[in-house]
Amino acid sequence: MKLTADAIVIGGGLVASAVAYGLTRLGLKPVMLDEGDVAYRASRGNFALVWTQSKGPGVPEYQQWSRLSSDKWSELAAELQSETGVDCGHRRNGGIHVCLSEDELAKRTQVVEQLRAEAPPGRYRAQMISRAEMLKLLPAFGPDVVGGAYCPDDGTVNPLFSLRALQRAFSARGGRYFCDSRVSSIAAAPRAFTVETASRSISAPRLVLAAGLGNKPLGEQVGLNVPVRPVRGQIIVTERLKPVLEYPTTYIRQTVEGGILIGESREEAGFDDTLNHTVSQTLAARAIRTFPFLKQVGVVRTWAGLRVMSPDVYPIYEQSSAYPGAFVCTCHSGVTLGAAHAFEYAKAVVDGHLPEKLGRFSSRRFDVQARH
Amino acid sequence: MFKRVIEFEGPVLGVVINGRECSVPASFTAAAAMLASEDGATRETPISGAPRAPYCMMGVCFECLLEIDGVPNQQGCLVPVAAGMRINRQRGARTV
Ligand SMILES: Cc1cc2nc3c(=O)[nH]c(=O)nc-3n(C[C@H](O)[C@H](O)[C@H](O)COP(=O)(O)OP(=O)(O)OC[C@H]3O[C@@H](n4cnc5c(N)ncnc54)[C@H](O)[C@@H]3O)c2cc1C
Ligand code: FES
Repeated sequence: MKLTADAIVIGGGLVASAVAYGLTRLGLKPVMLDEGDVAYRASRGNFALVWTQSKGPGVPEYQQWSRLSSDKWSELAAELQSETGVDCGHRRNGGIHVCLSEDELAKRTQVVEQLRAEAPPGRYRAQMISRAEMLKLLPAFGPDVVGGAYCPDDGTVNPLFSLRALQRAFSARGGRYFCDSRVSSIAAAPRAFTVETASRSISAPRLVLAAGLGNKPLGEQVGLNVPVRPVRGQIIVTERLKPVLEYPTTYIRQTVEGGILIGESREEAGFDDTLNHTVSQTLAARAIRTFPFLKQVGVVRTWAGLRVMSPDVYPIYEQSSAYPGAFVCTCHSGVTLGAAHAFEYAKAVVDGHLPEKLGRFSSRRFDVQARH
Repeated sequence: MFKRVIEFEGPVLGVVINGRECSVPASFTAAAAMLASEDGATRETPISGAPRAPYCMMGVCFECLLEIDGVPNQQGCLVPVAAGMRINRQRGARTV
């Protein structure tokens, strides 16, 4: 079947869905093509922090971009709720980073102070807090917790409801979402793209690659260098409990539904999303040191997901110079950056150029010649 | 609520279901013992408090959560009964 559209977005995770929804807000009627459950799909298995307090020491553009998104998440969640009736579960009560040793505390203090120094005055609002202050926020902390950081700008969402809300709003505004639609090839000319799936051939003047780990081979077909690799992360979920953790911490949080999520391991394991139970043990042991009550709580599920990582961890935002109209949008914190992608990245695609503030994230930074 | 389609003839043992002493076939699971002895719901859900009862009886759906010997949120369909076992309804989310 042959189709034409205003834009094609490849992917169907949080990054693609946010950008695609953003395009429909600006009046476009794009097609979104998503491979399916056989693909690696971080958006369906993440920890779902909307987090700013640790983002981008040494790269103020990233700190600001993360904060912009965090600031706009409430607006996005409210808009999606009114358009679809789906509650993204967005909460912004602030978030805590836990330190279990003096060494961790010293390192974190340095990060927090650097980020404050690199932010416009008053904009970076995390503070180091003492053990006593930590206990006032969450009395469940164990004796090994020496202190930490608190940032009022941090929060969480429910990633699955967020994905559903974005995709539903996208469809309601006239976008078309096709699942089980792996893009096998792209024929590119400036502002004219035709992509092939097993059952469709779709043409559009704009193309956004937002296919997570799939961006690397897709990018090669439109002159975009997208050197992303998988970094495995594991999550443990417990039985549902009455509310005990009012605030999320970087590695442990309670969902709105009551389960405790324990997560945030990082492992170079290639394209392998099976569990490594040595890592599960480390996660569980640290979780019990942080919140000793977890020792008696049952685990109901664990899984591993593959993060989409660039060589320097920062997002890759670029328009192809060989084939203008083709953009790539990829990052390792697609939950946090959801609102920035929906409101700002989509606008750049419609405008036909990326704003200067995103210049730091151009893939030209990976060119050998650009170094030194 | 349920009608037996076969009568069990093997050994039985005594358990305490919602505070009441009952005799059940020794081959039962805690969820089966609950269904055989009690009418209606065996748990309330953690969020809305909706009434629920065992469903798949094979460890998949988590509808059979029970408090067994004082430990909440056990999957009753995976726990064989034992003499003297105390089996209670699971009332909403666990408190810690
Ligand atoms: C354990 C873990 C914890 C995390 N915690 C957080 C967190 O707390 N906060 C945060 O902000 N981020 C977190 N992340 C990261 C976040 O989940 C990802 O940044 C985000 O989900 C990436 O979304 P994506 O849409 O780029 O990629 P994915 O979700 O991987 O989606 C890629 C999509 O592209 C499709 N696709 C691939 N190739 C093709 C093709 N050729 N044709 C068509 N479709 C294709 C696939 O079907 C898939 O749906 C975490 C990740 C993990 C694994
Ligand atoms: S009845 Fe389904 S898990 Fe026990």
